[in-house]
Amino acid sequence: MVKEASLTQSNGVGRYGKFGGQFVPETLMTALIELEEAYDGAMADSTFVDEVNYYLKDYVGRENPLYFAEKLTKSAGGAKIYLKREDLNHTGAHKINNSLGQALLAVRMGKKKIVAETGAGQHGVATATACALFGLDCVIFMGAEDIRRQELNVFRMELLGAKVVSVNKGAATLKDAVNEALRYWVANVEDTHYILGSALGPHPFPKIVRDFQRVIGVETRRQIMEKEERLPDAIVACIGGGSNAIGMFHPFLDDEDVALYGVEAAGSGIETGLHAAAIADGKEGVLHGAYMYVLQDDDGFIQEAHSISAGLDYPAVGPEHCHLHDIGRVKYTSVTDAGALEGLQLLARTEGIIPALESAHAVKFAVELAKDMAKEEILVICLSGRGDKDVQTVRNALGGGLND
Amino acid sequence: MTDMKLTKAINDCIERREKAFVPYIMAGDDGLETLKKNILFLQEAGVTAIEIGIPFSDPVADGPVIQEAGERALAHGVTLRNVLKELASFNKEVTIPLVIMTYLNPILRYGIDEFIKDCGDSGIDGLIIPDLPLEESALLRDSLVGSGIALIPLVSLTSPPDRIRKITAKGEGFIYAVTVNGITGVRDGFDDDLAAHFERLKAVSPVPVLAGFGISTPEQVRTIGALADGVIVGSAIVDAFHRKDLQAVEALVKA
Ligand SMILES: Cc1ncc(COP(=O)(O)O)c(C=O)c1O
Repeated sequence: MVKEASLTQSNGVGRYGKFGGQFVPETLMTALIELEEAYDGAMADSTFVDEVNYYLKDYVGRENPLYFAEKLTKSAGGAKIYLKREDLNHTGAHKINNSLGQALLAVRMGKKKIVAETGAGQHGVATATACALFGLDCVIFMGAEDIRRQELNVFRMELLGAKVVSVNKGAATLKDAVNEALRYWVANVEDTHYILGSALGPHPFPKIVRDFQRVIGVETRRQIMEKEERLPDAIVACIGGGSNAIGMFHPFLDDEDVALYGVEAAGSGIETGLHAAAIADGKEGVLHGAYMYVLQDDDGFIQEAHSISAGLDYPAVGPEHCHLHDIGRVKYTSVTDAGALEGLQLLARTEGIIPALESAHAVKFAVELAKDMAKEEILVICLSGRGDKDVQTVRNALGGGLND
Repeated sequence: MTDMKLTKAINDCIERREKAFVPYIMAGDDGLETLKKNILFLQEAGVTAIEIGIPFSDPVADGPVIQEAGERALAHGVTLRNVLKELASFNKEVTIPLVIMTYLNPILRYGIDEFIKDCGDSGIDGLIIPDLPLEESALLRDSLVGSGIALIPLVSLTSPPDRIRKITAKGEGFIYAVTVNGITGVRDGFDDDLAAHFERLKAVSPVPVLAGFGISTPEQVRTIGALADGVIVGSAIVDAFHRKDLQAVEALVKA
């Protein structure tokens, strides 16, 4: 296969071990170079950083709580479980952290138009929100299948003034929406910024998205020190492209006693082939500008991902996660559609919190993990979003009723 | 490097005061058995070289016409591997240079060294990989040394002058100059500054410069062709072959 040496030695930038890079059409290269320069300049400018922090606080509602889930802890019967409440952010998920930051960056770069892709619609809603706030034109590409699954989010984006374009190619889900957003960006690169919604894509996107999501882990660290005067023993986050997880994990990477777990979507089960678990079942390859683990066939054609949760329905995992897997710093595991539905119902019943289906994958795995941990141990779940958007999907999946 | 078969074929055109004409076809659109027929037809019609597109699941640099042709080819089970095998079977009848255009991932899955070897066996003279910019090109360039196969770089309207210099300095075969910001496809108009852009490009490039993306009518072949050393025509050729309108193909070649 690909010679490892040739990948790490290529003079490409933005590598995490052998993963990452900039595998994009030449038309985008200049925009990526400009973006990196603008981003580095912005982050070195304290007025920019202060501005991002101002909006995160007064507009998004940060910092959000690190909540001790006492009832869930009792029900699991093991480690103390805390929830990092990204679901309480304005617009209902962690996605706004990134959309706001990148929208402010676009304003700073003098770009008045924004393009984005969305799966669950959460990133689309967050981006449409940031564009409304800063007066930017906004076009969102969304797979027709996801539009069907997340009808209300489409209307939310439209209410916020965004134009939602339906993508009918392929399986008409997130991967196809990214393809269209990239094509649109290539054609409009001179006045348009692409707000990519996860820690994916060509450099510098994985880094930018990670940095804007790091606030999750930074706050969690401070909050757990306040509450428990020590770091947690384990942290669990779900993995679509990997933005909530990398934002949560990154400030803990050097704390080797903190075990980190990323939960991929196992769909109908890894063995069925109908899943979105690229680390579990993918092979190294290039998709959407980065070298990653990708679900693909023997001819190098990218396969469709399958998950009940539109936000995890992507056939690859961001490059930094691929590297963290290779070096063994983060353990990657997976939870099926059925498991996520159980996790969602469990959290709803025990704590009165309906999580997003994406986050429910993390809940399900975390509860199993907590059972095997001692009562003094501490586990944090990144509750990346709330479940309002998924109520219809969950009702359909449960056959219109509840499995009491 | 300049003695590569591909560069020579284009330079021969230039010496004859003609413009190079390189059609793009989607391999196995309407079935793999059409490949030989279409290549021999184009050779007979007098094209300079042929760019053979490999279908891909996620062709982000392509517009609707080529996307749809790719979907048809994929539905016929066309892959990089079976295209190279098919080409090897009638290799001896082909006298003009052949260029493969594929996205990177199928090559990675194939294995870079095995792919290059099989390209050699199939008579491939050049590679165009739209998602392999200069920064990442060492990945293939090192393995191509000594193969006689050119790694053809793309230059876009957004590439600034110093970048154009770096890209063309490593140029092999020819420079693929993208004539629009955007994806492949049919277009009505082009940027007014195109003439100046091509002047600058030709001034620095050690290899011929061909224009491509959006060139779809005989008139555009003539006007854009006048600026460059030749043209690449994709969507219009793909569409004409799909409609079985061989006259339209010839009209473009003879433009
Ligand atoms: C609530 C929620 N969590 C998680 C994800 C997955 O994305 P990522 O892995 O980038 O955090 C999404 C994506 O839409 C989401 O909406």
